Amino acid sequence: MKIAVALIALVLLAPAIARAGSSPPHVGIVTGAGSHGGGLAGLGASLFAANCSSCHGALGQGVPEPTKGAGGVIGQGPPLRGVGALAADFYLRTGYMPLKDPRAQPSRSRVLFTDREIRAMVAYVASLGPGPAIPHPQPQLGSIAAGQKLFTQSCAGCHQIAIEGGYVTGARVPPLEDASSRQIAQAVRIGPYVMPKFSSTQISAAQLNDLIAYVQYAKHPDDRGGWGIGHLGPWPEGLVTWLIAIGALVCVCLLFGKRLKS
Amino acid sequence: MTKLKDWLVAGTVLLLGRRERERGPERQPIVAAGAPNHRAENVLLLLFFLVTLAAAAFIAVYALDRLSNQTQWLGLALGGSFCLLAAACLVIAKHLVVTEELAEPYPERESPCAQGEIEQIVHESGSRFTRKRLVTLAGSGALGALGLAALVPAASLGPVLDTDSLYTTPWRKGRRLVDDAGKPFAVADVREQTFYTAYPEGADRELIGAPLVVVRLPPGELKERRSWAPHGIVAYSKICTHAGCAIALYRKPTFAPTQPRPALVCPCHYSTFDPADAGKVIFGPAGRALPQLPLLVDRKGELRAAGNFSGPVGPSWWGVRMGKARS
Repeated sequence: MKIAVALIALVLLAPAIARAGSSPPHVGIVTGAGSHGGGLAGLGASLFAANCSSCHGALGQGVPEPTKGAGGVIGQGPPLRGVGALAADFYLRTGYMPLKDPRAQPSRSRVLFTDREIRAMVAYVASLGPGPAIPHPQPQLGSIAAGQKLFTQSCAGCHQIAIEGGYVTGARVPPLEDASSRQIAQAVRIGPYVMPKFSSTQISAAQLNDLIAYVQYAKHPDDRGGWGIGHLGPWPEGLVTWLIAIGALVCVCLLFGKRLKS
Repeated sequence: MTKLKDWLVAGTVLLLGRRERERGPERQPIVAAGAPNHRAENVLLLLFFLVTLAAAAFIAVYALDRLSNQTQWLGLALGGSFCLLAAACLVIAKHLVVTEELAEPYPERESPCAQGEIEQIVHESGSRFTRKRLVTLAGSGALGALGLAALVPAASLGPVLDTDSLYTTPWRKGRRLVDDAGKPFAVADVREQTFYTAYPEGADRELIGAPLVVVRLPPGELKERRSWAPHGIVAYSKICTHAGCAIALYRKPTFAPTQPRPALVCPCHYSTFDPADAGKVIFGPAGRALPQLPLLVDRKGELRAAGNFSGPVGPSWWGVRMGKARS
């Protein structure tokens, strides 16, 4: 009996063991390990050519019209000259890029590249043209109160004051729970997808620290009521109130009323 | 006004006339009147009085409009009024309505005469009230006060007859646009792909016609009113024409060919306006275009208004299409 169980288990596990042994590259990206020379720069160039060039052009010049590229992928995308390390680091480390379909909205997903591969690609994109470097915000210097005011003015319309995200016509607005300080600083300057971008004359580096300090606070807000109900605002709160109130009303009816005996 | 007077006169005549009406011949009661319960009745009268008082308190708090914690007081007054009304209903049900449980086999057949008798029994056994008129008066007073309290907040919906103030805005030709900190907008500092909030210099920012949303578009993309938009900079009222929320969303594509085109979006109900096409509604419940403010650039390169809005600012009302925005 024991042998039979072990055999069944082996049969069931066999495909998994086989996969673990061969470890093919992840679906959706081409890592091309070992097929390049020239260290980090060479790795960046080859990874860019394999994963980005269909939509952004072989030299990052952009593809304005839908064009059939490598592997039959129909690519179309903006130029990357001058976007700098700031944008490349943001899009790769959030998993926004590479994008499955050039018309889809980029969204946060699992990062399939290793840290070294990302550094290589970021360096390559930065070498395409002069652009902003990766920012290093210091939210510990920021004021949460000032940040909340700024967030209300410029961000809460879409992202909600509770950073839960939502919708704008034609696009989803991501929640900011998983956004790191650096990614927030980058997104403010880039304006990914349909988000407006904010220059340093609109939101200074110091104000950016305030803003990030608020977002970091809002990830774990101080719920004085004890129960945030998802921080989704008055709708679920009202719903819960109604449910509790209806329960209470039924109890009151049972207390005062008299059941008719038949 | 004369109509109102007619109604009042008619109402008074009806009320007075009711008393004079001749009663039909008294019927012999079958059931003796229920045992009166003066204590319960007094409690009921007191409760009705308190309901009236609480509802009146709601109206008073609303009309005063300068108490601290006004919302809480309003809630307390209205909620208390409803709770007291519920208590009054309980007192009636528990102590003042005669309850009697009878089980009887269904009778064979009823003659109309016997039917009338049963109706009479039901009618007579329904009440233990001794001061019926007083209770009715107190009850209708309580309900009337509650109804009035529920109606009074409609006064906040805005002026009904005198709508002049709804057309006026602080903008006029030559008034400078300033930002949150009071700094004027230099044309060179206004960038594309972002949005700015602007206010009239030296005017009350809290006025509904004051705040603007300013965006810069490539001048070639403007479909209408190009002369209103120097260097492609357009200014619209920041107040949505649907429900009066602030237009806090500016949707702009990073890469135009594959992404939604630029639009101003209201976060409340997703009314979406096209900044390149005179603020026309392209999605959502708003009923009319966002009012646009014509702009000009002065000799110092700063933005100024070149006139007033293209239409009345703010949420729509019954006369919104009958007038123009004025200073």
